[in-house]
Amino acid sequence: MPKFMLMLFDNPADYADVSPEQMQQVVQEYGAWAQQLGQAGKLAGGEKLTDEGGKVLTRNGTGVTVTDGPFAESKEVLGGFFIVNAESYDEAVEIARSGPHAKYGCATHVRQIDAV
Amino acid sequence: MPSKEGAVFELVDHLFRHESGRLSASIVAIFGPGKLDLIEDVVQEALLEALRRWRFKGVPDNPRAWLTQVARRRALDALRRDATLRRHEPALRAWIERNAYARAYGELDEQVRLMLMCCHPSLPPEQRVALTLKLVAGLSTSEIARAFLITESAAAQRLVRAKRSIRESGASMDMPEADELRPRMRSVLETVYLLFNDGYSAGEGDDVIRRDRLEEACRLGAMLVRDERTASPAAHALLALMLFHASRLETRSDAEGGLLLLEDQDRSRWDRGLIARGFHHLQRSAAGDELAAYHLEAGVAAVHARSASFDETNWHEIVSLYDMLREIKPGPVVGLNRAVAIAMDRGIDAGLRELDAIGPLDHYAHADVVRGELLRRAGRATEARACFEHALTMPCSKPQRMFVQSRLSMLPAG
Repeated sequence: MPKFMLMLFDNPADYADVSPEQMQQVVQEYGAWAQQLGQAGKLAGGEKLTDEGGKVLTRNGTGVTVTDGPFAESKEVLGGFFIVNAESYDEAVEIARSGPHAKYGCATHVRQIDAV
Repeated sequence: MPSKEGAVFELVDHLFRHESGRLSASIVAIFGPGKLDLIEDVVQEALLEALRRWRFKGVPDNPRAWLTQVARRRALDALRRDATLRRHEPALRAWIERNAYARAYGELDEQVRLMLMCCHPSLPPEQRVALTLKLVAGLSTSEIARAFLITESAAAQRLVRAKRSIRESGASMDMPEADELRPRMRSVLETVYLLFNDGYSAGEGDDVIRRDRLEEACRLGAMLVRDERTASPAAHALLALMLFHASRLETRSDAEGGLLLLEDQDRSRWDRGLIARGFHHLQRSAAGDELAAYHLEAGVAAVHARSASFDETNWHEIVSLYDMLREIKPGPVVGLNRAVAIAMDRGIDAGLRELDAIGPLDHYAHADVVRGELLRRAGRATEARACFEHALTMPCSKPQRMFVQSRLSMLPAG
């Protein structure tokens, strides 16, 4: 079955005034969603990325310039990703839509992993 | 990476909130009450880090240890950024090295001392409760606003003032000396009682938040009696009182949210576990020579908890408890409750005479409701109707209003 990568973007400002009780709620919703996917055999993995935004290497004439990742300039930060098994883009999008990130995150990018 | 299917996402109830209180207490103990804003940020950041990670990876085996470690790192970062904190470095290092065994007692101690600080007598009661809710109970500003039915900016203002009062009063997290501890404990118990009553008394507002406050009051009460320095007889009595009331919470309203009186509650649904704990603490409250209002109020609640049915209630005992309570805590509310007990013990007329003796209680719907109910029971429908109708002209909560309306509909048409 094809694999898809769901890239979960956050807007850190959205979490500025979240109460501890709400945080717990958020964690539990993501957990319930991942568990459900896992039981249905749809989940192939997931990783969290570190929070600092990483580095960007840009080709520049003869060499490359290394800059800090998008964290500083952009509001959207890639927080982590899940790999899911799905028949089609439609199903992968449905999986993403059914998750809590549709409610709490600022965007999700869905890309099919090229298995060839 | 653990297999996703095996990842654990279960969290104990209110873990984030309780951890927020626990971590705040530890860090206030290190950085001092002058840095409350910064401490809130450190704790919030640590919790957010957990949120970001646990979404993807599940909850670690020991989430509390994980959070403690992250909070320690964040506190260290704060110390590096803020030169005024440098002198606290040895204390912070000691916290970082403190092992799990030392933590168990240390944390209880810190949370109790934080409560004592939040309840410093220089703060007006509403600031004490707000600060306790924020720091010890881990409620957000907006949750505090909902709890008090005030706007968010009013709640934020209240917290700002409370923090300023703390700074200006020079309140510290040091354990008060024995002679100062007793009056301070009065303030602490008052705060817990206020928190509990607010959550308990049927009013408007968010039900879930109300229940939370009630649970939180019981948790704080339990914390106080676990520390031998604060486990006063009055603290045990207050905890007993809260447990007895909490045991009936689920049976207090009908399906439509209307109030159910003791008489109409399904006693088989009272929480026996909470009642047993209530009796345990009531017994512990009898040690020593202190007799606080909490003892008597817990005593009344215990009589009800003991009675298998409403008809078997020992009203005579309740009246004598109210007699004593009136000495300690004079006031119309105790008077009203006493009048009801007298009506049940000696007859409606005796109860009505007691009500008359209290005198007119303006702007207090409850007084009219009580009088109306006694008159209704005595078959004096016309007078009862007048009382109920008068009650409805006064501010009262939705469940109260529903109760009065249902009583009015029970009266024969006239």
